[in-house]
Amino acid sequence: MAKVKPRVKVPKKAEAGEVITIKTLINHKMESGFRKDKKTGELIPQKIINKFTAEFNGKPVFSADVRPAVSANPYFQFKVKVPESGTFKFTWVDDDGSTYSTEKKIKVGG
Amino acid sequence: MMMKAATMRVTRRQALGLGAGATAVVIAGPTVGPAVAKGQSAEDAIKAFTGGAETKTGKVSLSTPEIAENGNTVPVSFDIESPMTADDHVQSVLVVADGNPRPGVATFHFSEMSGKASASTRIRLAKTQNVIAVARMSDGSFFMDKRLVKVTIGGCGG
Repeated sequence: MAKVKPRVKVPKKAEAGEVITIKTLINHKMESGFRKDKKTGELIPQKIINKFTAEFNGKPVFSADVRPAVSANPYFQFKVKVPESGTFKFTWVDDDGSTYSTEKKIKVGG
Repeated sequence: MMMKAATMRVTRRQALGLGAGATAVVIAGPTVGPAVAKGQSAEDAIKAFTGGAETKTGKVSLSTPEIAENGNTVPVSFDIESPMTADDHVQSVLVVADGNPRPGVATFHFSEMSGKASASTRIRLAKTQNVIAVARMSDGSFFMDKRLVKVTIGGCGG
């Protein structure tokens, strides 16, 4: 499988208390468990990203429990009200137990 | 093999921008028959989420395309009317698709820091069906919205 690489877009700066939009995407096949192998006719076992979380300075701000009906290369866009400068941490959890994460800093005020 | 190549070729712009179509082509394969075991119904999924509480309409506004040509990536977003303060905010939102082999799509959890209870994602729809969003408010009430999406090519099984 292609190397899993999360991509996140967070504004670099914001005013205190501003509601910002965050866009995230990770490349993942999101094997639904409903597809059959073309050659053998066997069902391909499910392998998806089942959880996505976003934290700001260690506090959870947004999360999603994901099921196979979310498209390949799952994309999530959501909003966060930022009170202060800090770091966002985004984590994706794979069915096979591996986790992928990335961090983004934001500067508030100034 | 083709799929791998296609997945890797997704550029940052396609990925983060409006390039929903770019990723859509990735899973186009043979169709899986309807023999897949049916799980719980959409109604059951909603009941499990609300605990049987009454679900009112309003506050939630769900937006989906009226017609989705490709069921593999259907953009879905919702916006919920709420001040999002510590006392009055949206706790979580369940999205279900009532015609999929498994109706649950995703559950989103918000916090006081969300500012605004809105999110968007892309989902798979097996056929023409309703997409339903149910929101749980901090006071324990539930609100929902429903949109019918016409699907030209189904997207579950690929």
